[in-house]
Amino acid sequence: MSGAPDGEVRLPASLRGVEPVQSVRTPIRLEYDYRPSASAESYLRAYADKRIIGHRSPVDGAVFIPPRGVDPRHGVAISEEVDLPDTGHVGNFCVTHLPIPGRKGLEVPYVSAWIHLDGAAVGFLGLVRGCPTDEVRIGMRVRAVWKPDDELGTTAENILHWEPTGEPDVPLERAGNRSFHASQPDAGGDTGGEADA
Amino acid sequence: MDEAPLRADLILEYPFTRTTGPVVGAFLTGLREGILIGIRRSDGTVMVPPAEYDPVTSEPLTEVVEVGQAGEVVSWTWVDPPRPQSPWDGPHGLALILLDGADTPMFHAVLVDSPGELATGMRVSAVWREEREGHIADLAGFSPEVDA
Repeated sequence: MSGAPDGEVRLPASLRGVEPVQSVRTPIRLEYDYRPSASAESYLRAYADKRIIGHRSPVDGAVFIPPRGVDPRHGVAISEEVDLPDTGHVGNFCVTHLPIPGRKGLEVPYVSAWIHLDGAAVGFLGLVRGCPTDEVRIGMRVRAVWKPDDELGTTAENILHWEPTGEPDVPLERAGNRSFHASQPDAGGDTGGEADA
Repeated sequence: MDEAPLRADLILEYPFTRTTGPVVGAFLTGLREGILIGIRRSDGTVMVPPAEYDPVTSEPLTEVVEVGQAGEVVSWTWVDPPRPQSPWDGPHGLALILLDGADTPMFHAVLVDSPGELATGMRVSAVWREEREGHIADLAGFSPEVDA
């Protein structure tokens, strides 16, 4: 009936010859009032003392960070907190060359990485600085760089970034996520990582 | 006394811009030009705002038609106060408005001062902003028609 060939859109006279709109702004903004869970609250308060807390599974001793109060593999509650060191290795990483619109204080290129703390079965996200981006590698040993003591708060932002320690790398076959074989001797609740290498 | 529970503001923003395609683009072009358009459906009726495909038969729709700038309130509600991110600063009505020449109503604001000024069946007409860019906010809303 309307019969335009090939599905071509036919415009009324009033819209012919004017510059067509081809894109539209559709910004989304979500405003949350964040209240941490009990386990997240302990984790955040410990940061103010430059401590990093994990949760140890009652099933096999695997340590999870951040602590969530549960071992997601077995569906069991966790209440045992353990202190983790501020050293570990890069389990995986990404070099970002495009800036995030609206994000301040993060110059490109930057390296975001899964940081696997010594003694933890899983990694958590951090920035790696202190070496050229093309020298970052899986298994590289890193340590936390903290904010000055008088700027510490109840926030994970206390850790500005992670820097190389210069120690020998963790071998590739032992780097990264070990939560799915955490019951093996080198990955449970003891130090893991370097110490039992 | 225990410490007060922790809390923090957490704000996520996505500054999306998306492409419109020719049909939605025509609607937005119309807003910028100060006219309202719909699209003719397979059964000959006119749908406002336009969609690319017929909602019943799924056929591609291609005939963009201009509709009137005034119409009738089919249904309405009163918003007081608007939520923080509302496009409107103060209390206002929201209504389904059946524009002259359209067969489906469109949703927009009716700019009156109190809910007592709203009624199903009342006539309203478009109020345009001075500065327009091809966005739904180019249409400030609708106001009651003044009897001639």
